Amino acid sequence: MDGKAKAIHQKALGEYRLKLYFIGPTLLVLIIMNIFPLIWSLGLSFTNYSSLVSKQISFVGFSNYSRILRDPFIWKYFQTTARLVIVAVGVEFLLGFGLALLLKEQFKGWGLVTTLILVPMMLSPVVVGFFWTFIMDANFGVLNFLLSLFGLKKVLWLTNPHIALYAVALVDIWMWTPFVMLISLTGLLAIPKSLYEAADIDMASWWFKFRRITLPLVSPLLVLAVLFRVIDAFKMFDLVFIMTGGGPGDVTETVSMSLYRLAFNKFKTGESCAMAYIILILIIALSNLLIRWINRTKAA
Amino acid sequence: MTRRIVKGILIGLALFFFLFPIYWIVATSFKQWPDIFAIPPKFVFTSTALHYKALFNLNLEEMAKFGQAGKSLFPPRFVNSIIIAGLSTLLSVVLGTFSAYAFSRFKVKGEGDLLFFILSTRMLPPIVVGIPFFVLYRALRLIDTHVGLILIYMTFNLSFAVWLMKGFIDEIPKEFEEAAMVDGYTRWEAFLKVILPQALSGIAATAVFCLITAWNEFFFALILTSERARTAPPSIAAVQGTAGINWGQIAAGVTVFLIPVVVFTFLVRKYLARGLTFGVIKR
Repeated sequence: MDGKAKAIHQKALGEYRLKLYFIGPTLLVLIIMNIFPLIWSLGLSFTNYSSLVSKQISFVGFSNYSRILRDPFIWKYFQTTARLVIVAVGVEFLLGFGLALLLKEQFKGWGLVTTLILVPMMLSPVVVGFFWTFIMDANFGVLNFLLSLFGLKKVLWLTNPHIALYAVALVDIWMWTPFVMLISLTGLLAIPKSLYEAADIDMASWWFKFRRITLPLVSPLLVLAVLFRVIDAFKMFDLVFIMTGGGPGDVTETVSMSLYRLAFNKFKTGESCAMAYIILILIIALSNLLIRWINRTKAA
Repeated sequence: MTRRIVKGILIGLALFFFLFPIYWIVATSFKQWPDIFAIPPKFVFTSTALHYKALFNLNLEEMAKFGQAGKSLFPPRFVNSIIIAGLSTLLSVVLGTFSAYAFSRFKVKGEGDLLFFILSTRMLPPIVVGIPFFVLYRALRLIDTHVGLILIYMTFNLSFAVWLMKGFIDEIPKEFEEAAMVDGYTRWEAFLKVILPQALSGIAATAVFCLITAWNEFFFALILTSERARTAPPSIAAVQGTAGINWGQIAAGVTVFLIPVVVFTFLVRKYLARGLTFGVIKR
């Protein structure tokens, strides 16, 4: 090897090492902390293991899975979760996009207003849950007081089985509408002004501009926002745990809540691992959809 | 003209909707006992620091009169929150920046798949990984330790730090380090002396995002800690006196806990869209 080739070889080797040192630790951490527990719980899902009782662990095959899939309550909890997700994300989408349209043109104090609206989503769901349990209290809560100003009757927000789920949805809406607003706004601000100017020359109507320019250009980001929200809302645990604990009865029992109960109240660890896997498969399906959309957004 | 007025009113309503709950809890933290439960609710009241004193155990005798049993556990748990959120953030940002640089500048085999794997770890529902972590941590005696929670939060934020930092580093022109390397710096030196200073605002934004996530996390803190390493979120819930839910003290705890988040939100407002979508959206 002559000098030059040796230098190139050295350089490539150096680069390889650098790559290894730079990426290696991250991959190691992620593999150990993600793959390992997943494999472990996959193993547990085929046993009758309980983290409370120290009895002999025995292999039970697919019986955990079949018990969960045959449990009518599980399907009810999936329905509850779906209803929560659809109501919350639907309203978040409409309100968030509407707000973004309102805030599209900058005015005095624009920066402050947009930043203030973003604060709710940066707060801890637990803390938000407390805010709202206090505000929604049937007796001294300020929400009922505000409604009474409009002549409306007292509402038992968190204890009436017909309302509790929507009360939780309302809080999710309070917390996450700003997210949809932010993403929509980012998209709206990125639309080139020249498109609107050209349409103005053609004397296009507001509706035409909205349908032919605004909507198509911002829709990839809207889909992104909605999918992020759907996946997150599907996993929702903290809000429900703090506000209703799944009650009254089981009307706000979401999938996450019932999984928590199975694992940490009933301590049926093996069975809960099986249920976790069923949920995981659903989430992976959802995530794949999301990633596909991200890539399409990027390509556009 | 009328259009502007309607717009103004709608924006005003939105601000009221999003900010009133925050105002209300902060106001409650300064109210005296009877005022908190007043019907109709009191908008004008004489303020008191009572709940803050109770929260930080500054006036125990007086608290006993109001039926508060024992000391508030908030101070040590607040300290735990600072330690755990701080250290986990530091670790994830350091590791994340290194890998982001490598992904941004070198050809990495299966780069797309690796980045997808990294992102996918963030999609896992906490409750699903929570159960195996509980079992695993019990076996390793990591339950209720600072190290245990720091490790979890670091992992949780790492994927995010890689994605966000990659976006920031991609924007720094390659010519900068190439010029430095022509001047005789090694790649490592060029990274330290050219890239890091350029990426500083991105690193700061990433750190704030990681900090807020770790600061707000509830579920793992709930199942993996009990006494020594418990953070503030699960313990704000536990502030209960003999007179039922101690709303005054909860409001005070929540307010103290909110301050850093609100300050940080203002610091990273420019990067919010990027941060919330893993850097997929660039402005």
